[in-house]
Amino acid sequence: MLAQFLQFLFSGATVGATYALAALGFTLIYNASNVINFAQGEFIMLGGMLAVFFTQSGLPLPAALVLAILIPAIVGIVVEKLAIEPVKGAETVTLIIITIGASLVIRGLTAVFLGKGTHSLPAFSGDTPIEILGATLMPQSLWVLGVTAVVVVVLWYFFNRTLTGKAMLATSYNSLAAELVGINTSKVLFMSFAMSAALGAVGGILVTPITLTSYDVGIMLGLKGFVAAVVGGLGNGLGAVIGGLLVGILESFGAGYLSSAYKDAIPFVLILFILFFMPRGLFGARVTDRV
Amino acid sequence: MQKRAYFGLYIVIAVLAVLPLVVPNSFYLDLAIRMAINAVIVLGLNLLIGFAGQISLGHAGFLGIGAYASAVLPTHFGWHPLLAMGAGAAVTGLLAAVLARPIFKLKGQYLAMATLGLGIIINIAIRNEAAWTGGPDGMPVPTMGLMGFELASDKHWYWVVALMLSVSVWASINLIDSPFGRALRALHGSEVASQVVGVDVVRYKVAIFVMSAVFASLMGSVTAHYVGFVTPNLADFFHSIELVTMVVIGGMASVYGSLIGAVLLTALPQALATFEGWETVAFGVILMVCMIFMPKGLVPTLAAKFGKGD
Repeated sequence: MLAQFLQFLFSGATVGATYALAALGFTLIYNASNVINFAQGEFIMLGGMLAVFFTQSGLPLPAALVLAILIPAIVGIVVEKLAIEPVKGAETVTLIIITIGASLVIRGLTAVFLGKGTHSLPAFSGDTPIEILGATLMPQSLWVLGVTAVVVVVLWYFFNRTLTGKAMLATSYNSLAAELVGINTSKVLFMSFAMSAALGAVGGILVTPITLTSYDVGIMLGLKGFVAAVVGGLGNGLGAVIGGLLVGILESFGAGYLSSAYKDAIPFVLILFILFFMPRGLFGARVTDRV
Repeated sequence: MQKRAYFGLYIVIAVLAVLPLVVPNSFYLDLAIRMAINAVIVLGLNLLIGFAGQISLGHAGFLGIGAYASAVLPTHFGWHPLLAMGAGAAVTGLLAAVLARPIFKLKGQYLAMATLGLGIIINIAIRNEAAWTGGPDGMPVPTMGLMGFELASDKHWYWVVALMLSVSVWASINLIDSPFGRALRALHGSEVASQVVGVDVVRYKVAIFVMSAVFASLMGSVTAHYVGFVTPNLADFFHSIELVTMVVIGGMASVYGSLIGAVLLTALPQALATFEGWETVAFGVILMVCMIFMPKGLVPTLAAKFGKGD
């Protein structure tokens, strides 16, 4: 019983960490621009696919990984410059369609250049499972959880202790006021796209040895990341991390104890319930609309 | 306003009447039928998104309920297709009505999330209940018939959907100009202001949501019978997005924009089929370019350019 419980918990937390990274990406962009970036999942896919491509073409793992994070970040910047900046302040639906257009372009180009096959990466430190109270934990899961924890700490430091981070926070509270005190808000927008693309790519690379990757994995991962961000209350960084872990763990328990066929439906049932009772997610700020 | 609006309706009817005489072959007739089906769905969705200002990213789910009602009920239970179609619409309407109240407490991004989730849950259910729905492979749909007359050929279907489209355009024009339509536009403009002047905001949102969902469900049934086969792709997230894109590209809050959007986006995949392997990229680029240069959509942008109101 306990072993099974732990097993579901481990696998749920591992996937949940990826959702958390995706949700952080949503949060960063949402805070800087009020845009829901439906291309977020494609950055996750791109990270995994590029890591596979570079390692297979003979680059040493560290170099391959750096490139697989840098290139999605550049793609994020290109998307922001070409497609988001020109339509600042457009309606929500318009922005959603633009980011979906971007996601189609990224997915289409990946299919054309990297193929439609399913790929895997070797685990970073071997495949010898670790036994804990009868449950097994793959070393790669530790990588996923560890790197996610490091990322969260670094982001916390960045937003609370550096001037650039504080400028980004200020922009998310009130971008007009931020501009008035001399913050370059278009640079903030640009940075938030680069950072969230890089975060997505990191998540994509880390889980590839466990879940495999192909050109079309981005849609579901992105949508679940969106669920996680909304569970935690859109715009709340800590909420996004907790939301990600919660979605991953509940999905894993649901698949294990209830029905594995309905695994993908669980996050969406969860979000409907949460929104029905808490219309702003678990930790969303209570806002009053000014008329 | 009334006169000009009806002028557009006459043009639509004239085009629909002449079209079968000029289409060169059955391929284009099939394309025209699918355009008309999409146009009816988009008209309903535009009432919700364009006029009432409420986003839905899950309408393909409602379409899926209609399509699968028409496939499953006659096949497994021997229901008459018309009865099955009605049952699908009733279930969709009921589901939309029950969920609408909690859903419309939400706004903007949260509303997008909730409707998106609803659509995905419906799609996953269709995929998983393979004993009834054939799972990911889909299932065949019996032909639609009434009193010994079978709707079998494309010509028959063309006249049926042409009639449906004309009625929908006529109904939309009248609805927009009715007190109901004015209330919708008022709550799009400012919810609080419309509440202040006595509009029951929630009731109107629920009503328009249910109506557009039932439209989608009915047209899902029509699609199922016309194509003769249903697959879960009818109900997937991407199809929901396609429908919303038709609304936005044609022009939000524009009846004729809905028609143009449906026509263009139904034809686009056919036109792009020549780009072997690059279709997805081309489709994405076109979406982005349209939205960046015409964020209000084709018809309103052109109307503004030539100095005419819609």
